Amino acid sequence: MYEAIVFLPLVGCLIAGLFGRQIGVTASQWVTCGGLVISALLSWVAFYNVALQGQAETIQVLTWIDSGSFEADWRLRIDTLTAVMLVVVTNVSALVHIYSVGYMSHDPHQSRFFAYLSLFTFAMLMLVTADNLVQLFFGWEGVGLASYLLIGFWYKKPTANAAAIKAFVVNRVGDFGLILGLSAIYLTVGSVEYDTIFAAIPGLADDSFMFLGAEFPIVTTICLLLFMGAMGKSAQFLLHTWLPDAMEGPTPVSALIHAATMVTAGVFLVCRMSPLFEFSQDALTVVVFVGATTAFFAATVGLVQNDIKRVIAYSTCSQLGYMFVAAGVGAYEVAMFHLFTHAFFKALLFLGSGSVIHAMSDEQDMRKMGGLYKFVPVTWVMMLIGTLALTGFPLTAGYFSKDAVIEAAFAAQNPVHMYAFWATVVAALFTSFYSWRLIFMTFHGKSRASNEVLSHAHESPPSMMIPLFLLAGGALGAGAMFSSLFIGSSAEGFWAGAILTLEGNTILEDLHHVPAWVKFSPLVMMALGFVTAWYFYIRSPETPKTLAREQELLYKFLLNKWYVDEIYDFLFVKPAFWIGRFFWKQGDGRTIDGLGPDGIAARVLDITRGIGRLQTGYVYHYAFAMLLGIAALTTYFMFGGSH
Amino acid sequence: METALAMPDLGPALAEIILAVGAMALLMLGVFRGDGSSRAVSIGSIALLIVAAFAVISQPDERVLTFGGAFVMDGFAIVMKCLVLAGSAIAIVMAQSFMARENIDRFEFPVLILLATLGMIMMVSANGLIALYMGLELQSLALYVVASFHRDNTRSTEAGLKYFVLGALASGMLLYGSSLIYGFSGTTNFDVLAGVIAMNGMSTGLIFGLVFLMAGLAFKISAVPFHMWTPDVYEGAPTPVTAFFAAAPKIAAMALFLRVMYGGFADAVFQWQQVVVFISIASMVLGAFAAIGQTNIKRLMAYSSIGHMGFALVGLAAGTPEGVKGVVIYLTIYLIMNAGVFCCILAMRHKEGPVEEISDLAGLSQNQPMLAAVFAMLMFSLAGIPPLAGFFAKFYVFLAAINAGLYALAIIGVLASVVGAFYYLRVVKIIYFDDPAPAFAGPMGSEIRAVLAVSALFTLLFILYPTPVLKMAEGAANSLVPTVEAAEAPAAAAESAH
Repeated sequence: MYEAIVFLPLVGCLIAGLFGRQIGVTASQWVTCGGLVISALLSWVAFYNVALQGQAETIQVLTWIDSGSFEADWRLRIDTLTAVMLVVVTNVSALVHIYSVGYMSHDPHQSRFFAYLSLFTFAMLMLVTADNLVQLFFGWEGVGLASYLLIGFWYKKPTANAAAIKAFVVNRVGDFGLILGLSAIYLTVGSVEYDTIFAAIPGLADDSFMFLGAEFPIVTTICLLLFMGAMGKSAQFLLHTWLPDAMEGPTPVSALIHAATMVTAGVFLVCRMSPLFEFSQDALTVVVFVGATTAFFAATVGLVQNDIKRVIAYSTCSQLGYMFVAAGVGAYEVAMFHLFTHAFFKALLFLGSGSVIHAMSDEQDMRKMGGLYKFVPVTWVMMLIGTLALTGFPLTAGYFSKDAVIEAAFAAQNPVHMYAFWATVVAALFTSFYSWRLIFMTFHGKSRASNEVLSHAHESPPSMMIPLFLLAGGALGAGAMFSSLFIGSSAEGFWAGAILTLEGNTILEDLHHVPAWVKFSPLVMMALGFVTAWYFYIRSPETPKTLAREQELLYKFLLNKWYVDEIYDFLFVKPAFWIGRFFWKQGDGRTIDGLGPDGIAARVLDITRGIGRLQTGYVYHYAFAMLLGIAALTTYFMFGGSH
Repeated sequence: METALAMPDLGPALAEIILAVGAMALLMLGVFRGDGSSRAVSIGSIALLIVAAFAVISQPDERVLTFGGAFVMDGFAIVMKCLVLAGSAIAIVMAQSFMARENIDRFEFPVLILLATLGMIMMVSANGLIALYMGLELQSLALYVVASFHRDNTRSTEAGLKYFVLGALASGMLLYGSSLIYGFSGTTNFDVLAGVIAMNGMSTGLIFGLVFLMAGLAFKISAVPFHMWTPDVYEGAPTPVTAFFAAAPKIAAMALFLRVMYGGFADAVFQWQQVVVFISIASMVLGAFAAIGQTNIKRLMAYSSIGHMGFALVGLAAGTPEGVKGVVIYLTIYLIMNAGVFCCILAMRHKEGPVEEISDLAGLSQNQPMLAAVFAMLMFSLAGIPPLAGFFAKFYVFLAAINAGLYALAIIGVLASVVGAFYYLRVVKIIYFDDPAPAFAGPMGSEIRAVLAVSALFTLLFILYPTPVLKMAEGAANSLVPTVEAAEAPAAAAESAH
C-alpha cells in the first residue's frame, strides 16, 4: 500500500510524459489524476494506521547502494511525521491535478504539464518517505527539478524562464549548505541511515572539530548547514527571492509547489532532524531568528504588492517563517501543525486566485479588478474562507495553528523568543491587513476592469470548483479536528517518537499556559488589520494613495521588497556576469581562442602568405635562395661546432 | 693495368644496356615512321621498361661490382630500379590520352622518358662520383626537355627553362662538391672513400664537399631550400609530365642520396645527419605551410611532394637500417598514391581543355561520386590518416627516427603533418560540401581508370597485407647497410687498434 502511494504518481508521470502524444490529453489526465486520487485515499489509510493506530513501519524497496562500508537502501520510512506529510502532499496534489484539468484546458501541452505535476509529487513523496540522507537528497533535488520545470512551463515566456533559472540558482545556494551538512553527518557518524545517525548524535553533542584553526561544535555546524538548505527550499529571508518570481508558473503549480508542499520541505527537514537540532541550542536560535525575521519581512512586503499571486506568495513566505519560529523554539509539533493547516488554506487561496485570474481573462493586477463578488460569487466565498483561515479567525484552521505558534514563541526559553513573539504578532497584523486588502481590492468596491473583460467574467468549471470546496472544508475544519492530536493532549501518542524532544523541552505544555493577553493578541491584531483594510480600501480609498505619497521612502522600500533583489543584483549577479564576461571575452575569446585555435590558424596563414611571397617566379631569386641555403649550411659547419 | 683494359662484366648492367639500345631503336622507329608513330613508340617503350624490369629482377641479390667498381648491383638497387621503372611505365601510360588530346603526342616523349629512366637506374647503381654524375645528368637533360614538351605553351617552355637554369646551378654545386671530395680523399669510388673516412675522419674540405654534394642531390628531390623550381615547373609542365616528375625522378634521387650517404659517407653520419635533419624539417614545414595558400591543384601537389620528400628524409636522417627501410616503404607508397592522385587530376577537364583550379573540384561528389570518393580517399591517405597506406608510410619513418633518438625531428614531423592535413582535407571539403561546379567532360580513358583502380585498392588494402612491401623494404635496407654484426666487426677492430 505504501509503495502504491509513492509509486502511483511515478507511473502516471512516466505514462503521461513518455506516451502523452500517443494516448492523448484526456488519457494523460485520467492516468495522472487517477493515480493521485488513489494515492490520496490510501494516504488517509496510512495516516489512520500509522498516526492513530501507532503502526509505524519501514519498508524495504530495494538495495540501492552497497559499496564497501557505504550502504544506502531504498526504504520507505512511514512514521507519523511521514504520514502527515503524505496526507498533505497527496491530497493537495490530487486536488491540484483535478483543478488543472479545468485551468489548463486551453494549453496545448497538457500531457507534459500533468507529467511534471506527477513527477513533482513522486519526488516530494520520496523526500518525505526517505529513510536515509541519500534518499532525502534524491527527493530534495527531484522537487527542485520539478519546480524548475513547472515554473518554466511556459518556456516561450522570457520572464518564466528567468524565474525558473532564478529558483534553481537560489536553491543551489541552499543546497550547497545541505550537501555539506549531509556530508558532515556521514563524516562524523559514518552512516547515512536515520536511525544510526539519531542514535549517534547524543554522544557527539559536546564534540567539536577543527577547521582553519578554529574549533567548531559538530552538531551545531551540521544543523546550521542543514538549515541553510532548508532556508533555500523554504524561501527564508535572504534566500527568499526566488519564491515571488516563481509565480510566473501556472497557478496550480503555485498552489501545489510554492504554497502547500515543496516550500514546506525545509520545515519538514528541521522537524525530521529534530534529534539533531535538539542538541544544538545555538542552531535553534538561528532558526527562530531567521523564521521571525522572514515572517515580519514578508508580511511588510505583502502590504503593498499589487499582483494578486505575489501577495499570496509573500504571505506564504511569511507563514513559513512562522513555522520555523515554532520549530526553532522546540515546538516541532506546532510547526508541523501549522504546515498541515497552512497547506489547506494557502492552496485554497492560490486556487481561488487562479479562479479569479481565469475569470478575468488572465489578469493578475488587483488594480484592474474590483467588485467581482457579483460575477464570481462562489469563488468569492472560497476566498473569504481562505482569508479567514489565514488571518486566524476563531475556529478556522489558522486560528488553532497560528495562535499556537505565537503562544509557543512567548512561552519559549529561547534567547530570541521575545523578538520572535513580537515579530509574529506584528506580522499577524500585517497578514490580516494585506489579506483583507486583497479581498477588498479584488471583490469589492467599484470595478476597475474593462467592460470587455467583465463581459467574459464567469464562474470556473466544476473541475476547478470542487477542489476549492474540499480545500475550504480543510481550511475551516482541519484546525479544530486535529488540534488536540497534533499539539494537544493526545500529542505524545500521536507523534509516537517521530519527533524527538529532550526532557527539558516542555514547550508543548507551556504554550497552553500563557497569559490571557498573549492569547488574545492575535485576535486583536486580526481585527485591527481588518478594520484598517476596510478603512483604506472601502471607506476612504484615497487614504492609501495619500499615505504612499507622504511616506514615499517607506512605500518605495516596501514596494521594492526591501531592495533585496537589487542588492543581490549588485553584489552577486552583476559581478558574476562581469566575471563570466571577462572569462568569456578575455579568457576564452582572446586568450584561448586568440592564442590557441584562432591564433595558430592566423599565424599559419601569415606563414603561408610569407612563403607565397618568396615564390616570386624569378629564376635569380630561386638561385639566390639555393646559394643562401648552401651558404648557411657551410657556415654552420665552419662555426657551428660540428666536430 | 691489364684488368683495367679487360672487358668489364656487362651482366649487372643488363637493364641499362637494354634501355639504352632500346631507346635508340625506338627513336629510329619514330624518326622513320614520322609523327603518327607516337602510339607505337609508347607501347614499345612500355614493353621495353617491362623487359628492363625483368632484367633487373633476374639479377642476383648479392652485391656485384663492375666497371672497375663504379657500378654496383645489389638488393637495394633491384628494389629501387623496379620502383623507378614502374613509375616511368605508369607515366607513359597516363600520358597517352592527354598528349593526344592536346595535340602534343609526339614519339619523342616516350623516348625521352626512356632516356631519363636510363639515367635514373644508372643513378641507383652509381658507386662512384663519376657514375653518379653521369646518371644524374642523363636524367636531368631528358627531364628539362620533357618539362617544356608542350613547346607552344609559354608556361611549359618557361618551366623547362627554369628547370634547366636552376638544374645547371645545382649540377655545378654537385660537381664542385665532388671535386672537393676527390681532392681531399683522392678517390671517386664510394667504397674507397668510406675506407678513407673510416681511417682519417672527416676533414673540413670533405665536409664542404659533402655539403655541396648534398645540395645538388637535395635539388633533385626538391628539398628546401633547393625546392624553388618545383612549384613553377609542376604547374607549367603538362600534367602527365608533372605526374612523372613527382614520382620516378624523386625515387631515383632519393635512392642515390641513400647510396651516397650509406655508401661513401657511412662513417660521417654525424655530419650528414645534421644536414639531412635540417633540410627534412625545412621541407616538411614549408611543404605544409605553403600548400595551404595554393589554388592550383598542380602547385598544391608540388608543395605536397616537397613535404613528402621531407618526411622520407626523416627516415634517412635516422641513419639506421630501419631508417632505410622506412624510406623505401615511404617511396613505394608515395609512388602509388601519387599515381592515383594524378589520374584524378587528369580527369579534371572541361570541353575546352584541362582545368587545374582546386575550385573546379567543387561538388564533384554530386557529379562523379565514384571519382570523388577515390580522390577523397587518396587525399586522406596523403594526409596520413589511418587505416590508409599513407599512414603507414609516415609511421615507419617516424618510428625509425624515434628509435634513433631523433625525438625533436619526429615531433616536428608529426606537427607538420597536422598542418599539412589541412590542405588535403580542404580538397575533400571542396569536393563534398561546396556547391557543384560544372561537371567534367568525357569519361576517363580506360588505361587511366586501371591505374587509378590499382592505386586506390593498394591505398585502401595495404593495411590488410603489408608484408610484401615490408619484406621488400627490409631486404633493400639490409643490402644497402651492412647488418648489425657486420657493422660492429670493423668498429670493434677500430676499438682494438686504439
